Amino acid sequence: MAKTNLSATHRNIAFTLNGRPVTAQAGNHQNLVELLQGQGLFGARESCAQGLCGCCTVIVNGAAVSGCLTMATLVDGADVRTIEEPQADGGLDAVQQAFIETGAFQCGFCTPGFILMTRQLLDEHPAPTEEQIRHYLSGNLCRCAAYTEIIKAVKLAAKKRKG
Amino acid sequence: MATILGKSNSGSAFGQSLPRVEGRAKVTGRAEYVHNLRLPGMLYGKIHRSTAAHARINSIDVTAAAELPGFYAVYTASDIRKLIPEPYYGPAFHDQPVLAIDKVHYVGEPVALVLAEDVHVAEAAAQLIAVDYEELPAVFDEVEAMTSQAVVHETLKPAGTFPDLKHLKGKRDTNVALDFHLRRGDVQKAFAEADHVFEHTFKTQQVLHLPLEPFVTVADPTPNQLVIHTASQSPSFVRIEIARLLGWPETRVRVKVPYLGGGFGAKLYIKLEALVAAAALIAGRPVKIALTMDEQFYTLTKHATTLRIKSGVNKDGKIIARECEAWWNGGAYADIGPRITQKSGFTAPGPYDIDHVAIDSYALYTNLTPAGALRGFGIPQLVWAYESHTDMIAKALNIDPLAIRRKNILREGRPQATGTPMRDAGIDKVLERLAQRMQWEKPFDKGSGTIRRGRGIAIGFKASISPTTSVAIVNVSADGSCIVYCSTVDMGQGSDTAMAQFAAEALGIPVESVSVVHPDTDVTPYDMATLGSRSTYHMGHAVKNAAEDARDKLLQLAKDVGLSAETTPIPDIFRKKYGMQAGNIVGVGSFIPPYTPPEPGTGQTPDATPFWMIGATGAEVEVDTETGEFKVTRLVNLVDVGRPVNPAIVETQISGATIMQLGFTLSECMNFDAGQCTNASLADYRIPGIRDVPPVMENEAVDMVQQTGPFGAKGVGESGTFGVSPAIASAIDDAVSVRLTSLPLTAEAVYRGLRAQAGKPLED
Repeated sequence: MAKTNLSATHRNIAFTLNGRPVTAQAGNHQNLVELLQGQGLFGARESCAQGLCGCCTVIVNGAAVSGCLTMATLVDGADVRTIEEPQADGGLDAVQQAFIETGAFQCGFCTPGFILMTRQLLDEHPAPTEEQIRHYLSGNLCRCAAYTEIIKAVKLAAKKRKG
Repeated sequence: MATILGKSNSGSAFGQSLPRVEGRAKVTGRAEYVHNLRLPGMLYGKIHRSTAAHARINSIDVTAAAELPGFYAVYTASDIRKLIPEPYYGPAFHDQPVLAIDKVHYVGEPVALVLAEDVHVAEAAAQLIAVDYEELPAVFDEVEAMTSQAVVHETLKPAGTFPDLKHLKGKRDTNVALDFHLRRGDVQKAFAEADHVFEHTFKTQQVLHLPLEPFVTVADPTPNQLVIHTASQSPSFVRIEIARLLGWPETRVRVKVPYLGGGFGAKLYIKLEALVAAAALIAGRPVKIALTMDEQFYTLTKHATTLRIKSGVNKDGKIIARECEAWWNGGAYADIGPRITQKSGFTAPGPYDIDHVAIDSYALYTNLTPAGALRGFGIPQLVWAYESHTDMIAKALNIDPLAIRRKNILREGRPQATGTPMRDAGIDKVLERLAQRMQWEKPFDKGSGTIRRGRGIAIGFKASISPTTSVAIVNVSADGSCIVYCSTVDMGQGSDTAMAQFAAEALGIPVESVSVVHPDTDVTPYDMATLGSRSTYHMGHAVKNAAEDARDKLLQLAKDVGLSAETTPIPDIFRKKYGMQAGNIVGVGSFIPPYTPPEPGTGQTPDATPFWMIGATGAEVEVDTETGEFKVTRLVNLVDVGRPVNPAIVETQISGATIMQLGFTLSECMNFDAGQCTNASLADYRIPGIRDVPPVMENEAVDMVQQTGPFGAKGVGESGTFGVSPAIASAIDDAVSVRLTSLPLTAEAVYRGLRAQAGKPLED
């Protein structure tokens, strides 16, 4: 153990990041959050490191994953989307707008995870019930506890998406 | 946009529910946190922590760590002492070493630091350090610490900043870091005269802040300055303390703070900064230490407490005497515990008008993780005790919980236990509005069969910590826009937005034309700290004063160049003066409220605080009598915040504080085994999630004005926490007649109570 060179084993990987093809050297010991940090993206944040808080949420091949529990090398060939993904016309999508309008965050550290998870919810349930909202967002923690505002934001985003 | 001073937007900034100024940055993941910062040549630090609660360090073996490929350096206290001969820090006591010196005082105390370019190498190397300890007797309980043979620190080392701690200097063989006493009237005589005397003891558990952005600091030793980027609530204090440790002028230390991923009192005073600063200076390279979630359990907690409260009550429910004893479990280092012991201690009898009061409040050292301020500065612990006690008295005397409060609350102008008269404290308003929203005087469905329902109310109050100073600068640019420079830290409470609103209101310009510079001690002036709900009041005043200073200078400038500021757009005034879009007007404001220190021994003072915060909660619960499981079905939260600066953000603060306190009430508890925290991770320590939010939550700020506040405002960050725990405990008691006196409130405790009630108690 003491003699192991922890930085010696890397793999070259290629994947799509927020719609653009990228290549990167991924350490076998690195997780997806670290890989994204290497790409200059800090919106997915490692907090609990146990896959419990949702701060590191990343969308891989259309599904939300915990970036802290996903090995970096596993996204070789995958479609990876983060909170930094540009929205139409360089603006904000309905979910982001709804979070601002309802004040659905305080410190903002957990906010990217909640927004990505809300998009997943609304993609699958365009008019979610209160129970569906609580179910989809039960894997995201907000220590500032802006939960009541987040529920309002999800409902507003659903309305905005319908147009 | 041709902005005319005071004309364009007067009254449109203050009191408006404007969206947060940093909203776009936060929803796009681009808000700046120290978490994101990487500097060229930066090393990562990982801490080797103590495995013993109280022990002498015989030796530290770093051989295996140093052999790890990629290892850069390891430092222990002896390395630190070459740079800083007396490496002890802290806001009240200089008791906390940068790294453990000769002894460790709690499990998790930093003993050695490893640096490496790769954070994983640093982490692996830190685990390869072996320390040989000689274990010493330890003390963990706050009441035992009063008389324990195990003494945490051989001598007390008060910092000298607080006059009431000076007498403790050099005191030996005691765990009492501060004893605060208040005496008003004659309690013993009143007890003898009272119709009834009630006495109860209450306990609260260790919990912690757990911001989702754990502690993080980067130090950069540039040729001229040490630059510290840190997730801190108190940049001015960090600069002063680091400069003191190094023996440098303040200007050689520069402290910068971007947004915080939560604070709640954890990131106050000085935490990682001294260690990171020392490591960077020794290594001659930038150093970053970012704690893991688990390491937060070894950094700072909320005081566990034992609270004894005794009241003399007449048969009509009038409380005539109250005696309070509070023991605060401060852990191994004092942090701000002694201040909590006094500044919150003096409110221990509650918001009640009682002629005879005695308070004894003790800050205790123990061999646990240090404790500090956590959203309420000790108040939630005190309210837990006095409001539970109030309802136990009401029940014994068969008086309604609302009626006993109406009979006893402190009303406007009446003296609080310190003798300070209550001013602009909406205790009665908050109580009456809570009663209305709870429909207290209407019949309540108590349930039937195995599901029983109950309800409870509780009200608490807090004094603002005093005296403290805030300074601000407002800089008006030649186009009429303005920049606010202040060291208030936006940790999620919305202070950037609030300060922009204060400046815009005072100048009468649109909020969109104001930007707020984040704390940078080379740029933003002194502020005591972002704590205790003080920023709205103190920094609000400073920003308002600075903006008014700028306004007066602009009026003078207009006059000097022969224009009327009443009708001329601001840019035209500058253009007339400088011939082009050029120049600035700089306004400066500072604020320190009046204050009279308490008389030693009696705690009496005519002016204990610049303002009072009031918070009350009503709770409804459903209890399953077969299992003890209970659900909080409704929480109603009322506060007095003066005039709300931004009503939407105020509501978020009330709601967030309430849910946080719900965690401290129902699920959060650090478990210890011989001083070792056995649930130091988010998997084993459960904080509230979205499913824990009660189905009905109502939040309201009552219609009040703080006459001495900036535009009538005062603080809000903590008030929502006050009443939550006792309101829920009283609701459980109302439902099933089980009175819990220790936090957290668990189904098991309720079930034990139900079994005892049925004459079939469970074994321990």
